[in-house]
Amino acid sequence: MTILESPPVTAASKIFNFPRNAWYVAAWDHEVTAKQPLARTIAGRPLALWRNGDGRAVALADACWHRLAPLSKGKVLGDEIQCPYHGLRYNSAGRCTSMPAQETINPSATVPSYPVVERYRYVWVWVGDPDLADPSTVPDMHQMDSSDWAGDGETIYAPCNYQLILDNLMDLTHEEFVHSSSIGQDELSEAEFEVSHSERGVTVTRWMRDIDAPPFWLKNMRDKFPGFSGKVDRWQIIHFEAPSTICIDVGVAKAGTGAPEGDRSQGVNGYVMNTITPETARTSHYFWAFMRNYRLESQTITTQLRQGVHGVFGEDEDMLAAQQRAIDANPDHEFYSLNIDAGGMWVRRILDRMLQAEGLPSAAAAK
Amino acid sequence: MAVNTQTWWQQGRVVETSDLAEGVRRIVLAPDRPVHAVPGTHVDLRLDLDGHSRKRSYSVVRSDDGGRRLTLGVQLAPSSRGGSRHMHGLEPGDVVEMTGPVQSFPLGVGADRYVLVAGGIGVTALVAMADALRRRGADYTLVLAGRSRRVMAYLDELVEAHGDRVRVFVDDEDVRLDVGELVGEIAGSPAAARTEMYMCGPIRLMDAIRRAWAAHELPEPNLRFETFGSSGAWAAEDFVVHLPQLGRSVHVGKDTSMLDALEDAGVEVMWDCRKGECGICQVKVLDVNGRIDHRDVFLSQQQKETYASLCLCVARAARGESGSGSADPAAVTLHLP
Ligand SMILES: Cc1cc2nc3c(=O)[nH]c(=O)nc-3n(C[C@H](O)[C@H](O)[C@H](O)COP(=O)(O)OP(=O)(O)OC[C@H]3O[C@@H](n4cnc5c(N)ncnc54)[C@H](O)[C@@H]3O)c2cc1C
Ligand code: FES
Ligand code: FES
Ligand SMILES: [Fe+2]
Repeated sequence: MTILESPPVTAASKIFNFPRNAWYVAAWDHEVTAKQPLARTIAGRPLALWRNGDGRAVALADACWHRLAPLSKGKVLGDEIQCPYHGLRYNSAGRCTSMPAQETINPSATVPSYPVVERYRYVWVWVGDPDLADPSTVPDMHQMDSSDWAGDGETIYAPCNYQLILDNLMDLTHEEFVHSSSIGQDELSEAEFEVSHSERGVTVTRWMRDIDAPPFWLKNMRDKFPGFSGKVDRWQIIHFEAPSTICIDVGVAKAGTGAPEGDRSQGVNGYVMNTITPETARTSHYFWAFMRNYRLESQTITTQLRQGVHGVFGEDEDMLAAQQRAIDANPDHEFYSLNIDAGGMWVRRILDRMLQAEGLPSAAAAK
Repeated sequence: MAVNTQTWWQQGRVVETSDLAEGVRRIVLAPDRPVHAVPGTHVDLRLDLDGHSRKRSYSVVRSDDGGRRLTLGVQLAPSSRGGSRHMHGLEPGDVVEMTGPVQSFPLGVGADRYVLVAGGIGVTALVAMADALRRRGADYTLVLAGRSRRVMAYLDELVEAHGDRVRVFVDDEDVRLDVGELVGEIAGSPAAARTEMYMCGPIRLMDAIRRAWAAHELPEPNLRFETFGSSGAWAAEDFVVHLPQLGRSVHVGKDTSMLDALEDAGVEVMWDCRKGECGICQVKVLDVNGRIDHRDVFLSQQQKETYASLCLCVARAARGESGSGSADPAAVTLHLP
């Protein structure tokens, strides 16, 4: 329980604003190289991402101090990046190190350099007040680089507001309708669920007991228990951590073997790792991975799971893009909530508070 | 670090004034479009001086309440054209025309060590940086140098806030800053190549540090500074500019710049920063009677010594030590582009 300092905003904003004082994933670690800068817009800031001579990832504003040419079209030269237009060079702090046509360097010549942390196979950047950038607040995604887990993922470029993706992941009853051929089943919308929340987190827990395993889970059970058939207990425990990371503990175990009580040895367990980075108010970089804690040695299973989830998330992507188009086509219509939206509404409440603390409105500026 | 060079104008109401030190006034402004001012930023004010609208810049010492209260510290300039005198006359309730925070002196992140060096009123540009470094838990040293304790703004407050991270040097107590020692100590430390220095102060102090920095082969980009654009090797005095191309001579009073004097005389010249940084206003020098007080940071030391060119926006001619008794004003002969 938190004591209210100011009344929460009532209606759900359709185009949700995003906090600036937060770590967002800018890229997978392998995408940022010392060979060539990567251009990517993170939370409204166009960035040039590259690695310096020590292999450290660097994020500079993607506009040269001189005439604003994009540095991402330039060259990485050891510890420096060179503007493609008139050859100014900058170090990883964003300070100009060379002005080819003169003997001194203008003391004002700098481009913004943003704090970067590499963790959990991702490059995280902080585009807000650099003095608040505390690496200990990078959301927990430890399954990504733990030796107890194996798996892989992809990036979806989603043409929708980031909050629509958070809504999608906080309520999985949509699986029954959107993902009917893989993970959907009737029991999803029938099962009870429980929501809890803290200052930075929301958890939604759902157990479905003694049910048939849907195709995706039947295959996974058979990877671990060859020839398995029969009923399962299925769980989905959705962990949200502000501002936009959702790790979903999912799995099934042979029915009645004690999984709900904590013994998951007769089951298979995965973590759907999702972290969503707003690009603009209407576009998002959606980084996901599927991690498992069984048959760690098998690349076949890693590849099959990545492809399987790729297919499932493709269905979400279509829905989210269509939803964003409908929102934009009906500017005078509001959002209404169902009981299943409780998790997503707590997420909005937490984001609202973060935005208020930064003096930002919860609705992003109109298009 | 956000470099924001976008300038937009707004109104600011003076909400508080007080004395910070002898000749230094504290002025708190409440802008009507508040934006938090990060360390290193300044605001430009448009002041009406003798019927001319003139721009003057002042560093933001503190930004409180998301930029709703911006504190400035203004020193009364000895031969002021009126900017600082006007500022000293402000009272609560007065309204000024001002920009939002402008950033041209951003504090970096990720250095192993930071050394901040303030000479005189230059301290205003460094107070917020020191606070930010303390909050970050960074390794930093704050060097404060001044003529006498009476005129050093923020001295007690900074000593209290930063304890033994502060080193104080006061001319009239004979505890003078030894630039060679300061820079030598940095160069000799294991963090040498990853130490950033931020300085703001009289041009002579900054020139000495720049020379020492180069002599120790410390990385040039790690030395950051802001010029307040109004100090030189000699006190400002009247001088004459000869322009043989135009067959004219223009008198430059001690209270105007060469650039202003030429423009007032109808001579068209090119400029951008007007504080000796960009070099756009550079012109060729054909002859000098006296010395050139360059006051810019665009030309290299060597270029300055050859007297081949100067930056119109800040350079002055002076008679120098030798000519101090002479009746004729100093003069420069220029070739305009
Ligand atoms: C980014 C920035 C931040 C600043 N921050 C502060 C601050 O926090 N506090 C503060 O007190 N001041 C600050 N200044 C200086 C301030 O803007 C004014 O220059 C100062 O107040 C003097 O203005 P004035 O009109 O009173 O005096 P001026 O008439 O400008 O005269 C002051 C002295 O400088 C000489 N001089 C002035 N202009 C020139 C010129 N163009 N060429 C040669 N000589 C010249 C004059 O002859 C005189 O000796 C800052 C300047 C800059 C650029
Ligand atoms: S625009 Fe980058 S050097 Fe000119
Ligand atoms: S106008 Fe920039 S140096 Fe003179
Ligand atoms: Fe889905």
